[in-house]
Amino acid sequence: MTHILVSQVNKVFQTAEREVVALKDINLEIPQGQFVCLLGPSGCGKSTLLNALAGFAPPSSGSITVDGRAVTAPGPERGMVFQEYALFPWMTVADNIAFGLQIKGQPKAQIAATVDQLLGMLSLQDFRNRYPKDLSGGMRQRVAIARVLALDSPIMLMDEPFGALDALTRRNLQDELLRIWAELKKTIIFVTHSIEEAIYLADRIVVMTYRPGTVKRDMMVALPRLRDPASAEFNALKRELGQLVMEEQQRHHHDELRMAAVD
Amino acid sequence: MAGASSSWRQIGIGLVLPALVVALWQTVAVMGWVNPQVLPSPLAVAEKWIAYLLPLMPYDPAAGSWLHWAVSGELVTDSLSSLYRVVVGFLIGGGLALPLGLAMGMSNRVYDWFNVLVQMVRPIPPIAYIPLSMLWFGLGNPPAIFLIALGAFFPVLMNTIAGVRQVDGIYIRAARNLGASGITMFARVILPAAVPYILSGVRIGIGTAFIVVIVAEMVAVNNGLGFRILEAREYFWSDKIIAGMISIGLIGLAIDVAMNKLNNYLLRWHRGLEN
Repeated sequence: MTHILVSQVNKVFQTAEREVVALKDINLEIPQGQFVCLLGPSGCGKSTLLNALAGFAPPSSGSITVDGRAVTAPGPERGMVFQEYALFPWMTVADNIAFGLQIKGQPKAQIAATVDQLLGMLSLQDFRNRYPKDLSGGMRQRVAIARVLALDSPIMLMDEPFGALDALTRRNLQDELLRIWAELKKTIIFVTHSIEEAIYLADRIVVMTYRPGTVKRDMMVALPRLRDPASAEFNALKRELGQLVMEEQQRHHHDELRMAAVD
Repeated sequence: MAGASSSWRQIGIGLVLPALVVALWQTVAVMGWVNPQVLPSPLAVAEKWIAYLLPLMPYDPAAGSWLHWAVSGELVTDSLSSLYRVVVGFLIGGGLALPLGLAMGMSNRVYDWFNVLVQMVRPIPPIAYIPLSMLWFGLGNPPAIFLIALGAFFPVLMNTIAGVRQVDGIYIRAARNLGASGITMFARVILPAAVPYILSGVRIGIGTAFIVVIVAEMVAVNNGLGFRILEAREYFWSDKIIAGMISIGLIGLAIDVAMNKLNNYLLRWHRGLEN
């Protein structure tokens, strides 16, 4: 059953000197519970597409619907995890997680129970009353995930959430995310430029082209989880995707050189 | 414990230079190199300071409570009157500046309406309002409080506007994503994010208020620390002038310490404020 439907989406940014077509004729049907990775180099429009799905920046044309309803504004049914964590530094860990529920107007006792449960799920019990400044990057991202999970939204949008973390913390959080995803059956749309991360996590990988952003390849990943990045199948896929992404990366690079020459 | 001993060490180091200055000053006075009328010795100043601090009359239980008597010294009365003016003036000035600053920071429309007026009035130093304030309010507390409020108003206003405008867009986006809007967005996201700027405005505002209160007391009021040091000049009581100046310094220091504590409490979440 189609859950998220992206049809004929275009996004054009108008700057003083030129017009940038960030997204061109994007069509995607995403069923409930699928883990989708949007993969591509910088400038391929993957974050633009995610922002459109979140409702932060509506497409210039085309439509995005969730369960048949058009997406027009940000909302708690599409929780977003940002690369920069975006935790509220003036709130404790527990308050950050509770914030969305307080806005919903849930009773205090119920909020406290949800917060407790999420602190447990993400191994954050010892950090309940700490402020974000006291946490490592990995811990902050756990809080950001808990904050979105608290809303119990069916869809999680993740914008390179582990991009700023070291390799070990990153793997650790990827495993946690897979565990949570398997347990809670969320639909996850995950933006990354790491080929390995995409293969490790996704049911489906959507490779995007550099300007204009279009769908270059839309493939399912059939490997059983947990996937072994050292296995032959994993590496065959990695080689294939690597070629696709590097073609786009080259175009990005040439474009940058050309722009520098114009300036 | 290491923290406590190192902070004592810091205080110890900080006291070395003041002690040297006082020692040099005392030497100059004892050697008779300057006329004591021009520069009295530190001991004379200390003596005067204590006399200024102590009550003028001996304690008489019939006249009132002990506490009342204990704070009846001239220095205590002067300090309290000056502090009263600073506090009331600051509350009025800051209290008007904060909502206006928030509105100007939040809304471009409000900003466009007020900005030119604010930018034209802001460069006029509060001191320049002294003649007008006396015409309007006469003598005593009202003109002094008016001037102090004026002095506190602009630093709080400018910093509040800047504080609201610099709120990182990522917090707004995250909050919108979590369903926040309207009052919740303002009270739980924009306002707390602006607090570091607002507090530094409050700090500058109190500093200005303190300068203005001394000047205002020199011209428009007949008590308070500013009035007292000017009065002492009329009688050539240079020891009392210096005692009054030291009192101003001590009160300024106390206000600064209190502000620091408030800062550290309100910004306990803020990076780089570890003590």
